[in-house]
Amino acid sequence: MGRKLDPTKKEKRGPGRKARKQKGAETELARFLPTAGDENSKRLSSRARKRAAKRRLGSAEAPETSRCPSANPLTRKLPKGVSAGAVRTPGKKGAQSLFNAAQGKKRPAPAHGSDEEEEECEEDGVVNQGELWGSEDSDADMKDDYGADSNSEDDDDRESEELLPIERAARKQKAQEAVAGALWSEEETDEEEEEEEMSPEPGPEKGDETDGGLQINVEVEEPFVLSPAGEMEQDAQAPDLQRIHKRIQDIVGVLRDFGTQREEGRSRAEYLHRLQRDLATYYSYGDFLLGKLMDLFPLSELVEFLEANEVPRPITLRTNTLKTRRRDLAQALINRGVNLDPLGKWSKTGLVVYDSSVPIGATPEYLAGHYMLQGASSMLPVMALAPQEHERILDMCCAPGGKTSYIAQLMKNTGVILANDANAERLKSVVGNLHRLGVTNTIVSHYDGRQFPKVVGGFDRVLLDAPCSGTGVISKDPAVKTNKDEKDILRCAHLQKELLLSAIDSVNATSKTGGYLVYCTCSIMVEENEWVVDYALKKRNVRLVPTGLDFGQEGFTRFRERRFHPTLRSTRRFYPHTHNMDGFFIAKFKKFSNSVPQSQTAPGNSATCTPASLGQVTPQPESSSQPAKKAKVAVKTKQQLQKRQHPEKASFEKQNGNGISKEARSDLSTVSSVTKAQVSSMLQDSLPPKKAKVIREPKVTGKLKRQSPKLQSSKKVAFQKQNAAVKGMVTETPAVLSFSKTQATQKPENCVQPFGKTQGAEKVKQQLPEQLSKKTAFQKQNGTPKGPKTLTMSPLGSSWSPPAKRRKSQSRGSSQPLLS
Amino acid sequence: MRPLTEEETRVMFEKIAKYIGENLQLLVDRPDGTYCFRLHNDRVYYVSEKILKLAANISGDKLVSLGTCFGKFTKTHKFRLHITALDYLAPYAKYKVWIKPGAEQSFLYGNHVLKSGLGRITENTSQYQGVVVYSMADIPLLYSAIIIYCIGSEAKDIQLPVAGSPDHSMDTQQRS
Repeated sequence: MGRKLDPTKKEKRGPGRKARKQKGAETELARFLPTAGDENSKRLSSRARKRAAKRRLGSAEAPETSRCPSANPLTRKLPKGVSAGAVRTPGKKGAQSLFNAAQGKKRPAPAHGSDEEEEECEEDGVVNQGELWGSEDSDADMKDDYGADSNSEDDDDRESEELLPIERAARKQKAQEAVAGALWSEEETDEEEEEEEMSPEPGPEKGDETDGGLQINVEVEEPFVLSPAGEMEQDAQAPDLQRIHKRIQDIVGVLRDFGTQREEGRSRAEYLHRLQRDLATYYSYGDFLLGKLMDLFPLSELVEFLEANEVPRPITLRTNTLKTRRRDLAQALINRGVNLDPLGKWSKTGLVVYDSSVPIGATPEYLAGHYMLQGASSMLPVMALAPQEHERILDMCCAPGGKTSYIAQLMKNTGVILANDANAERLKSVVGNLHRLGVTNTIVSHYDGRQFPKVVGGFDRVLLDAPCSGTGVISKDPAVKTNKDEKDILRCAHLQKELLLSAIDSVNATSKTGGYLVYCTCSIMVEENEWVVDYALKKRNVRLVPTGLDFGQEGFTRFRERRFHPTLRSTRRFYPHTHNMDGFFIAKFKKFSNSVPQSQTAPGNSATCTPASLGQVTPQPESSSQPAKKAKVAVKTKQQLQKRQHPEKASFEKQNGNGISKEARSDLSTVSSVTKAQVSSMLQDSLPPKKAKVIREPKVTGKLKRQSPKLQSSKKVAFQKQNAAVKGMVTETPAVLSFSKTQATQKPENCVQPFGKTQGAEKVKQQLPEQLSKKTAFQKQNGTPKGPKTLTMSPLGSSWSPPAKRRKSQSRGSSQPLLS
Repeated sequence: MRPLTEEETRVMFEKIAKYIGENLQLLVDRPDGTYCFRLHNDRVYYVSEKILKLAANISGDKLVSLGTCFGKFTKTHKFRLHITALDYLAPYAKYKVWIKPGAEQSFLYGNHVLKSGLGRITENTSQYQGVVVYSMADIPLLYSAIIIYCIGSEAKDIQLPVAGSPDHSMDTQQRS
């Protein structure tokens, strides 16, 4: 802006540079002016002096002044433009004085009048505007032309008469100011009109210089024209990132308000396609990944997400509470010259490092194992897992050991952790980290995670940080942008499903303090997260529970054409652009039954069978159980039968003086379980060879053989019905479908012996409780007959000590207490 | 994974005794359970019995590490103590050496400590005695050096070779 030649303001006087400058024309014209006392004894104002000088110089001044009018429109326009620009940019208030001053100087006439003047000078003004823009000359011109302007406004010929021009201008300005407040909006719209007129003109200049953008009102939005398809190829050859970036913003703006801003004849898909290509070019993504991201995020978030991936996340570290406290560690690090802060109220051990004068990974505290460099999002799954002391924990994919060590510190080095990883080189870092941090309760192993329940199972809690595509940590590894495609994602998903099923099988559902599994990935793809979790929910007896993390976005329950289980809302997603941590997904499962729902395949593992806490009978296994039972029976390993039968037999023998009679009763009681009966009969048949005890066998087999045909032939249908009913009644045991499972899980009610007659069930059932211990909790079939039975059975049920004991103690003798 | 043989046990205990004297029994019978040493791939691991039970299920070629690694046997059956054993030796150390904060950093990075850098030292420490080095804040060994040979303690210079020296094996495994 030019100097304010505001006559109402007192000019600074003094030897200072600014004061001299503010003197106005005096200094410049001093050479032309005579000495002070020349004309008047009184001190003339600068204008007066100028006029005097002009008069004196006569023709010498004329050409200058003649020059000025031509410059006037320019300069007048210029300050106006400047003031307009100033109006826009600094904000109304700040610029108001400028605006008024400019107006006062430049537009003593009503606004419109000056507009006209402006307009006629427009042609000249346009060309020179750019040149004069921001140049010092403009100031000089403005300064010099103050008098000239007033001259031109006053028709040039007018000499100072009653009022000096400056006084006239001042008066007008005062009037303007008075009106300005009221007319501010009016003037502004005028400004806008002018600017809109201006904007098309600088349009052609726009491409040349970005300065031209200043003239353009930000609020004015040119309709964005989607370039025709032909131009797209052009971009591929010589991508101009600036233009692409601008175009991205434009398209996002258009799409945000598509109804009004769209270009006629262009579909949304075209805009989206263009946007996808531009984003891929600008941020260097592969098309596949970008397409996936566009499905995942709304457009505004998408750009933020992409931007966030360009920037690394802040470095965070976790205090090792086995060796130090966060407060002490923070103090020690600050003394070394590290600038840090606590991570947030959700973490008691986290610290975020802003900057550091020493390498964070090499301080003596690091080497002493006082802290571990770990991403903030990696602390979350362990917090969700919440390991307790003296538990057995499995960490299936533990490298480089950050989560394992966090688990150990939460457990205070009690219990046992089995840290496993399939990658031998990364295991070295696990060992190193664990030793450095002083973790002593860990075993490190090198298995493929899918082998797990076979090697060792029965853990209280399991953490599975599955290998993934890494789309949440793009800021750490930009190669992910381009080298991931459909096959990779599906391969990862397949591996994750297998690992998750193995992990579920390794959890002991009957653990007193546990039975939890946390599944997490550092990826944001739905195929690797919600889909895998949903698959596990269908395939195993698990359910999702809240993770305990109160922040983070909920997982999706539906995504495009897929629909997931509603409990997926308790899973959590984290994004780099919303939470400033790596992209992450966390799901926490609770296993409520150790049995594995069978789907017409080989019998499940009896090894993991234990009485389940809550039975969740899935209808489909039940329905298929009946026909499947026979098949299962055939497939059944004799071992299972033996296991089951032995204690039963032992108990029976002991309990019942008359084995046969008892068996008969038991047989009767087992009537309800049709399939059981069938199976049992078949089992019994197969058993005899296995059984060491010969006593019962012949009896049993004899009995069975007599009974089985009856059972099978006549009662099948009835049994099925009963079974179904019973199943509903049963509360304890889960719907154990597999025969083996049922055997393992003992329901007090189901302590019906496999042999069984269907008839006379009632009587037998009454007696049964006393005799039988639930040997084979086959199914809780036969609701109605079971009713009383269950009641009577309950005392037995209580005496039914955990099956685990029974199973373990395969010896005959151990079964005795059970029956008592 | 197998228990140590007689010979190996003897060798190992001799080494450890240099630092903690005859207090070996304290290592084995601890209030929170019995601990034992197991050998796996020439490394000696110090584990509690609870962990041992679970580890027994893991096949030998898949087992990488148990509990804490105390050290390893070299090819010629000498025993090298590792820095990871520090936490267990430190409480029972017979001879201790404290060094001043100024000398601490240089010691950490592998230099000898001169007599002037010594803060305190246990009485009757003879030459070539194995000592445990502490910082003035009683942090043991500053993690770097376990075995320090005190050379010429009566002399003006006490040179304490540090872990970085060829005497000690700092495996990359531990450092990673």
